[in-house]
Amino acid sequence: MALKRILMSLALASAPFVAPASAAQLTVGFSQIGSESGWRAAETTVSKSEASKRTVNLKIADAQQKQENQIKAIRSFVAQGVDAIFLAPVVSTGWDAVLKEAKQAKIPVILLDRDIDPSGKDLYLTAVTSDSVHEGEVAGDWLAKTVGDKACNIVELQGTVGASVATNRKKGFDTAIAKHANLKVVRSQTGDFTRAKGKEVMESFIKAEGGGKSICAVYAHNDDMMVGAIQAMKEAGLKPGKDILTVSIDAVPDIFKAMVAGEANATVELTPNMAGPALDALIAYKDKGTTPPKWIQTESKLYTSADNPQQAYDSKKGLGY
Amino acid sequence: MRRPSPVMITALVFVAGFVICSLQFPNFASTRVVANLLTDNAFLGVVAIGMTFVIISGGIDLSVGSVIGFSTVFVALTTEKLGLPPLLAFAILLVLCAAFGAAMGAVIHVFDMPPFIVTLAGMFLARGISFLMSTESTPITAPLYSAVSDFGIALPGGGRLTAIALIMLAVVAFGSILLHFTRFGTNVYAMGGNRTATALMGVEIGSMTVRIYMLSSVLAGLAGIVFSFYTAAGYSLSAVGVELDTIAAVVIGGTLLSGGQGTAIGTFIGVLIQGLIQTYINFDGTLSSWWTKIATGVLLFAFIALQQGMVRLAGRSRAIRAGGVT
Repeated sequence: MALKRILMSLALASAPFVAPASAAQLTVGFSQIGSESGWRAAETTVSKSEASKRTVNLKIADAQQKQENQIKAIRSFVAQGVDAIFLAPVVSTGWDAVLKEAKQAKIPVILLDRDIDPSGKDLYLTAVTSDSVHEGEVAGDWLAKTVGDKACNIVELQGTVGASVATNRKKGFDTAIAKHANLKVVRSQTGDFTRAKGKEVMESFIKAEGGGKSICAVYAHNDDMMVGAIQAMKEAGLKPGKDILTVSIDAVPDIFKAMVAGEANATVELTPNMAGPALDALIAYKDKGTTPPKWIQTESKLYTSADNPQQAYDSKKGLGY
Repeated sequence: MRRPSPVMITALVFVAGFVICSLQFPNFASTRVVANLLTDNAFLGVVAIGMTFVIISGGIDLSVGSVIGFSTVFVALTTEKLGLPPLLAFAILLVLCAAFGAAMGAVIHVFDMPPFIVTLAGMFLARGISFLMSTESTPITAPLYSAVSDFGIALPGGGRLTAIALIMLAVVAFGSILLHFTRFGTNVYAMGGNRTATALMGVEIGSMTVRIYMLSSVLAGLAGIVFSFYTAAGYSLSAVGVELDTIAAVVIGGTLLSGGQGTAIGTFIGVLIQGLIQTYINFDGTLSSWWTKIATGVLLFAFIALQQGMVRLAGRSRAIRAGGVT
């Protein structure tokens, strides 16, 4: 009896060590830029969980914002003989030599979140990125649909001047609202992607627009600026989310908190899950030899206050944003 | 019995580290990893040799990281925007760097200023100028660059001794000869040991100071060229903080921070030790890369403590010997 129990517990204990009968476990090296923003930290967390979901062994090298560290990491992944390399490039140029080395070693490279200089197109398998023009369009479409036929004066908080994300998000939004004559961007200024600047610029918008009475909606290129703008509106005695509609991009946890409080209306998600689609493409490539398209666009999902913001907040708050 | 020299201890640390890594990771003990160590740390090795001279002479050069950044931008812009042939651009750059280093050395000597402050100013100046020239990363497309990056002596086992690794090895050899077998090298040691006595012996401290900082800046410029080969791009943000990695490598390599003692080969091994730590963390794949800094910090501390201990011991045994005579 006792012996049987011991045997039973031994069998149970050893169960987790019996690997699933699937193909040999893949090892992927991921050269991450760093952890400069909350989104970046969330991307790292999500990459780890997506890899363990697919029983892929993911090795992460944090480059601390330095290209030389990323090149070193890629070289060392090649020396280790990993099955694939994920790269979130810190700059777009200077990758040819090291990616050639990976190619010679027959290790596929997948770019995450950012693209590299066009000259290196044949040096990587695919790039998984978000389309920031499309993000702006989704935001613009939502606003057009919500406002309907009413005339609507929009104020815009732009991202950092010259940043491609800011230019693209503006372009997408402008294209979307150009189809609706009743929607008009009356003021547009940069808030540098930060909370403090977002608040400051919104305060000046409110003053310039007669205490904010003539503003019908705010569009911010990221959620952080919107959180600042919401603060400014509240301080001016306005009711954000009711008097003034809000739409922004990124879907960070704090904007969901504002939605729960009824102070924000919509956000477009820049998903931190770039590794998931990349891993799926890689596994299909390794198992069946399917060559993925050169560009895999991630979904730009719209979240409004009707989409259970509390749940979205709970699922995001642990990711490291 | 002779005590082990600091270089021996550095070499032992490196060998022990390499053995530990090899036992832990099956693919570690390969020519590929060794060749990567040389290639990835080539720019650091080149600049660290210059720093070795500066530190042995009793000075410090904080401007080297910025000079590397400046050099990459300078090379990228002159070859891409002005269409200069790369070799001509290199020559102009090295002349500029020599002038920059000479100016810093002259200010240090003439105004009797601490090298720390003067080279700190040099650091801001060089970084500022590179930002002024360009804030974006500029790719270098000159044919020389692809030729250099394709060049490599194949080693058995998949490793490749690249051109930039060879440049670094050449600089290490050059530095060793200059430091250990020339009058210039002897004067560098003498200056770090006792400046006043050296001056009394008839060594021109002023001209030595100018030449030492000139050497450091020229090697930093060369490291910038190596760096531009490494990334095939010029970027004003490149090599930020490298001056500190360089000083760490020199000290781990057994050079006394207060001057007077040190070797070029020790610095070379110090550079490799830093590379080894980084490679270990990459191979492991789960450790935060900030452990590189922590491990380097611990090593630095250990080496400084060790040196102080040895200086004390040397002092005591001299005292004992002196006591024995009387």
